[in-house]
Amino acid sequence: MAQKFSSPYDHQAPAGAEGWQDLYPYYMVFQDNLRSDEEAKFFFCDSQHWPNVFKPFDAITVEFAVKCLGQYNTRQWLIPPANGIDFKIHNGYCYMSPVGVPPEQIGDRVPLFMERAGYYFQNWNDLLANWHKKVDAVIAEMEAVTFEPLPDIIPMDWVTQGVGLDPTYHLIGNYNKMIDLCYKTWMYHFEFLNLGYAAYLDFFGFCKEAFPGIPDLAIAKMVQGVDSDLFRPDDELRKLAKLALANGSAEVILSHNLTDALAQLAQTEGGQAWVAAWDGAKYPWFNFTSGNGFYSTDKYWIEHLDIPFGYVQNYIQQLQAGQSIDRPTEAIAAERDRISGEYRDALDEAAQGAFDGKLGLARVVFPYVENHNFYIEHWAMSVFWRKMRDLANVFVGAGFFADANDMFYFRREEIQNLLFDYGRGWAMGVPAIGPSYLPAEVARRKAIVDALSTAPPKPAFNEPPAVITEPFTIMLWGITTESVQGWLNTSESGNQLKGMAASPGTVEGLARVINNPDELGQLQQGEILVTRVTAPSWAPVFGKIKATVTDIGGMMSHAAIVCREYGLPAVTGTGSASTTIKTGDRIRVNGGQGEVTILEAAA
Amino acid sequence: MGNDMTYTLFFDEATPDDYPLLGGKGASLASMSAANLPVPVGFCITTDAYAAFLHESGLFETLMAGVADIDCTDFAALDRQSAQLRQQLLDSPMPQTIETAIRTAYARLCQQVNSPDSLPVAVRSSATAEDLPDASFAGQQDTYLWVVGADEVVEHVRRCWASLYTGRAINYRQHQGIAENEVLMSVVVQKMVNARSAGVTMTLNPTNGDRSKIAIDASWGLGEAVVSGEVTPDHFLVDKVMLEPVKTAIHIKTIEHVPDPVSRCVQIRAVEADRAGLPSLTDEEVKAVCRMAKIVEKHYRCPQDIEWALDADLPDGQNLMLLQSRPETVWTQKKAAPQATHTTGMAGILNTLMNPIASKPN
Repeated sequence: MAQKFSSPYDHQAPAGAEGWQDLYPYYMVFQDNLRSDEEAKFFFCDSQHWPNVFKPFDAITVEFAVKCLGQYNTRQWLIPPANGIDFKIHNGYCYMSPVGVPPEQIGDRVPLFMERAGYYFQNWNDLLANWHKKVDAVIAEMEAVTFEPLPDIIPMDWVTQGVGLDPTYHLIGNYNKMIDLCYKTWMYHFEFLNLGYAAYLDFFGFCKEAFPGIPDLAIAKMVQGVDSDLFRPDDELRKLAKLALANGSAEVILSHNLTDALAQLAQTEGGQAWVAAWDGAKYPWFNFTSGNGFYSTDKYWIEHLDIPFGYVQNYIQQLQAGQSIDRPTEAIAAERDRISGEYRDALDEAAQGAFDGKLGLARVVFPYVENHNFYIEHWAMSVFWRKMRDLANVFVGAGFFADANDMFYFRREEIQNLLFDYGRGWAMGVPAIGPSYLPAEVARRKAIVDALSTAPPKPAFNEPPAVITEPFTIMLWGITTESVQGWLNTSESGNQLKGMAASPGTVEGLARVINNPDELGQLQQGEILVTRVTAPSWAPVFGKIKATVTDIGGMMSHAAIVCREYGLPAVTGTGSASTTIKTGDRIRVNGGQGEVTILEAAA
Repeated sequence: MGNDMTYTLFFDEATPDDYPLLGGKGASLASMSAANLPVPVGFCITTDAYAAFLHESGLFETLMAGVADIDCTDFAALDRQSAQLRQQLLDSPMPQTIETAIRTAYARLCQQVNSPDSLPVAVRSSATAEDLPDASFAGQQDTYLWVVGADEVVEHVRRCWASLYTGRAINYRQHQGIAENEVLMSVVVQKMVNARSAGVTMTLNPTNGDRSKIAIDASWGLGEAVVSGEVTPDHFLVDKVMLEPVKTAIHIKTIEHVPDPVSRCVQIRAVEADRAGLPSLTDEEVKAVCRMAKIVEKHYRCPQDIEWALDADLPDGQNLMLLQSRPETVWTQKKAAPQATHTTGMAGILNTLMNPIASKPN
């Protein structure tokens, strides 16, 4: 049995990807002179959050997110045993390495941690109300930012007001402001998250000790909320489907595309009511990505209204076929009470007190763990990417790029160069250099990214620790001693994959491997979704599928939460399901045991 | 009940008011049946029937006088005199009304399970003194397995009655100071379970007292092989709340106890090699046993030690039979054990971060 994973230094990029290192900042790639240091660390691939190869600009998300996660552990809360998480981009994918605290320093951090984290726990609800204000303000600030092409001449009122500046100043300033606001967003993202996980882990650890062998799923079900803002976008679509049937708009909606349907509906009273409801649901709820918010290629509903419209059509058809489309919230709530009640009954009185206290705290903090995802990854990032595309379109107008997406082949600090090139030519009255220089460079970088995308990531690099103990690694990524051993043994396991028992139930069916959200339309009724990672906005397709299998993710990964909500079996964190299983394979998913079996390979 | 005298009562029709007529075992079966627990179907021949038999046959006085005459310190005399009393009881004609009641009830039982006139049943005594502190009294009477046909049922009811007058039983009553004229007996007639698999279930983890688990030991045939320790049974440890298996160990089960219709005894036989190592319960059956165990535990409001069997003659889903349940005693009585201290609030969170789960021994 292999005891360690290969070194990243021995893991070469696919042919055609030569020079890929230059697409990312120097500090994000493995440097040759640091080989012995880097090989001493265990890295695991985070394909849960970043399943696809990064375009250079998109690396901003991993950079901000992981840095901001670290700042709280290391500098604000002083989590006694855990600093931040080191990460590197290698061959286009990102790999994480948790940073422990030297044992001799742990004791000194304890009183600081107790005071600082204690303050947040004691004032959780007030601080969280303030968090919502701060996040709303950041989003409003981002929404207010505009990117306009430079005018031929400076407006007259700038002259009369004696402004003494030109529009390039604001163009560059607005770009910097957007980066700044994005950075701020990611700090807020982690302001409560690590503490939320810590409280959850405390209850988790208590249950593991009081009820040896308790399924992780049981613990998740006791803590998990019934209503989350993350489910609101999908709930809005269900309401729209019901409204369409109630007021006679259903046939128009089913038989037209969005544009034509809206035109038709405007002519009837019921139709107008439906359109009003549709428009009312858009903000903020359609700031909802079909990806996970981490890529410029994410499609947000609000910019791709055909996506939610298609889901509404699906829901209408399901209703017409007599199916219920309601989330069984009452049943979920009753099940949550039953499970917590039965475990509580299994304890003696003293332990019941501790159980109540820990479960109570976990339930106070957990809504944040679920809700933040809507506010940051969906809403704030929707605005961020939209504004960045507005800027890209300014570049397209100025002849820098043929396509707005080309901008994302440049690193965030390179965009400042492009802006200055644009403004410089505009000011001097000469052509900017970009339009003649950039096309070849875009093509070169595209070729590299495409080449990197031909190879899937490795699950991990270097030697794993004997036991995985870092609490956030276990909680966020579902990475445990067992799962790492499972990856090491993958080649021996044949037709069986092990993962997290994320949502119970056993089903058999045909697999459909989905590599990106654009392929979701290929899913057929009753198939089993196999993918690296799911996004909450895929919820409407969950009415079609039988089960879900992902490569990576823990009990509280988005896939696990959504599958439990929808009562579908799910196995997460299998390491390699999306590459081991092929579309058309007949597979069995045992979500209660975390097992996936390939019963029959596709012909 | 229209009659003052009720001679037979089915488990599922007896009300708590009737329980004194059924003896300890019969009352327990009736109460489990009332709780929708799947006890094998059957009925009781009530203490009223026994009392009517004694009085109408004139045996009552004979027995009272006979027992009063016995010197329990003289074992030889005890054996001899008690044997005479039993013989008198066996020779006395049964009043027609009682016999008819028994035959009618048996016919109804046969009809219930579509087995015309020849349903194999177990006939067991169920004495009324079982609420005495020393429950072992229950074991003083007899059980007859694989009784077939109305004639045999009537005959074995009488044998159960007679078992009240074994030397042991008489001696026991004298030692306990139980008045002879208050001793009555009910008889339980119950469908034989043709056990494909059977076993014992605890509604806690017997190794650590964890009440969120259900532990099942199961093997082929009747539960006797498991209880006696003649096989290493399959072991299933299941999460009681989620009904998910936590630990499963399938063993080689070389022998099984099966009822032999011919000898009407339990026979021990070798299990074929290819079946010995197979799980004696399917996943679904494990869950069914657990569901039943949860209901039993709730019914009795304390951890239970349950005997059950899967009847090979009944269809899947209706074949799990509850045979017996008693309170678990080992962990339930271990109250004095020092309780673990639990850190809560910030101290708990700190403790969790400093001692992550994965580094703790399981």
